[in-house]
Amino acid sequence: MAKVLMKGNEALGEAAIRAGCVHFFGYPITPQTEVPEYLVKRLPEVGGEFVQAESEVAAINMVFGAAGVGIKCMTSSSSPGISLMAEGLSYIAACELPCVIINIMRAGPGLGGILPAQSDYFQATKGHGHGDYKLIVLAPSSVQEAVDLMILAFELAETYRNPVMLCADGMIGQMMEPVEFPREGKGPPLRDNEWALTGCDGRKRRIVNSLFLAPEELQQHNLNLKAKYDLIAEKETRSELYGAGESYDLLVVAFGTMARICKTAIDELRQGGLNVALFRPITLNPFPYGKLREAMDAMPEGARVLNVEMSMGQLVWDVRYAAEGSREVEFYGTAGGIVPSPDDVAERIRGIVRGDEVAAAEGGEGHG
Amino acid sequence: MHGTEVVMAGFGGQGMLLAGKILAHAAMDSGMEVSWLPSYGPEMRGGTANVVVCMSEKPIGSPLIESPRGLIAMNLPSLDKFAPKVKPGGVIVVNGSLIDKDPGRDDCTVIRVDSRALAQEAGSERAANFVVLGAYVGATDVVPEEAVTEAIGREFTGNKAQFVPANVAAFRAGLKLGRETGVAS
Repeated sequence: MAKVLMKGNEALGEAAIRAGCVHFFGYPITPQTEVPEYLVKRLPEVGGEFVQAESEVAAINMVFGAAGVGIKCMTSSSSPGISLMAEGLSYIAACELPCVIINIMRAGPGLGGILPAQSDYFQATKGHGHGDYKLIVLAPSSVQEAVDLMILAFELAETYRNPVMLCADGMIGQMMEPVEFPREGKGPPLRDNEWALTGCDGRKRRIVNSLFLAPEELQQHNLNLKAKYDLIAEKETRSELYGAGESYDLLVVAFGTMARICKTAIDELRQGGLNVALFRPITLNPFPYGKLREAMDAMPEGARVLNVEMSMGQLVWDVRYAAEGSREVEFYGTAGGIVPSPDDVAERIRGIVRGDEVAAAEGGEGHG
Repeated sequence: MHGTEVVMAGFGGQGMLLAGKILAHAAMDSGMEVSWLPSYGPEMRGGTANVVVCMSEKPIGSPLIESPRGLIAMNLPSLDKFAPKVKPGGVIVVNGSLIDKDPGRDDCTVIRVDSRALAQEAGSERAANFVVLGAYVGATDVVPEEAVTEAIGREFTGNKAQFVPANVAAFRAGLKLGRETGVAS
């Protein structure tokens, strides 16, 4: 199939259709508005439905309803809008319904700004709604990967009957890159909707519910969910180790946009004789603790880890958790839409190699 | 040429994002890896609308470039902001129709283009963005001429197809100027 040049947001919209998504509910917010803008034109062409909701709260509850009747559906927003969806996400996860949520992250907290950030990491992987539930969280670092992970998102949502979040940032949403779609035309509907509320005429009625007043019943429900999350962790954890080569003396950990910027820095450093590798989580949840630990253990004793992210220190918690104190984990982060350049990252790494004291966050380039 | 990157900047409406898209298309069609990253933040309000286009034989790491090898500046704020950042030996295309100032970069190839006059000659004043694109491509030879003219043809379709001849003529006028003063070898 020929490559086409597309904006990340538009490519995500097209990928959703190729995955078989037929219903979209959402509310505009920069920097993700091209997702609904694309789908409002495209969905009717494939017999789908687009609804601009009155708010993000309404949008996620429309997704709840559509998912409950067995429709492949999604919503899309950016950070503040995702916060508004927290309650609905908890209900959808509790009811074990398949759907996909895109978060094109912008700088926070509060209304913050519209520039790229990665500061919704905790929200996506640990936070948002109440109760013991988990989303599957996928983090692309290019427009092509955004397409591939979008198609995977719908597959995972269906296989595990669980909401899946695709977590990218404003840079991936706004950037154009060549993409190739892995399949032609509209994707298939759900393989199995034996649980969906499709009208109970002539059959036993089905119930989609998250209320369990009996404690034993609710505990069993939680145990069932936990067993599912453990299975997802075992089967669906994804990551990349870049520049591993023969050996490396420093490991950078970053995801999404930040990871590709680190790759450029690592290429430059390698030309200068510094052996540096990059570990990139692709699934932020389940987090690839095991693979990360392996990548750390492959380094000589005393070699350090540098975590780089566009936040004030969120991913770094999981990196330190994986290290279990076996490695020093340095942190470099920016906020506000400031994107570190490859030179900024390279300079940090040289500083660590020299043994400088590392300041947590400074430098970087405002990406207007 | 293993790869290069160019910042294209001007006022909103001067067509830099579109010209950048045409360049990215032409590079992609020539088998290169490309990225097209626009500004979308507060800068857009009253300052510069800019895009950075990266073109490479290898997968593109950072799409955000601090020191580009090329610059097309359509207005003075863009020249002031980006000219000091261009790598030594780079190419700077200056829109002479709006900018009198010299970029002050003796270590770069500077091409001053009266884009408005050349665009008018080509048939449309609005094609000034393709004049400067032509100058840049002529000077650097980063993509073949035909790849750009084909990309223009594919971009303007339907009732916009009428703009193709003037845009192509504007591009070729710039290209000629770029080749005369260029660094391509």
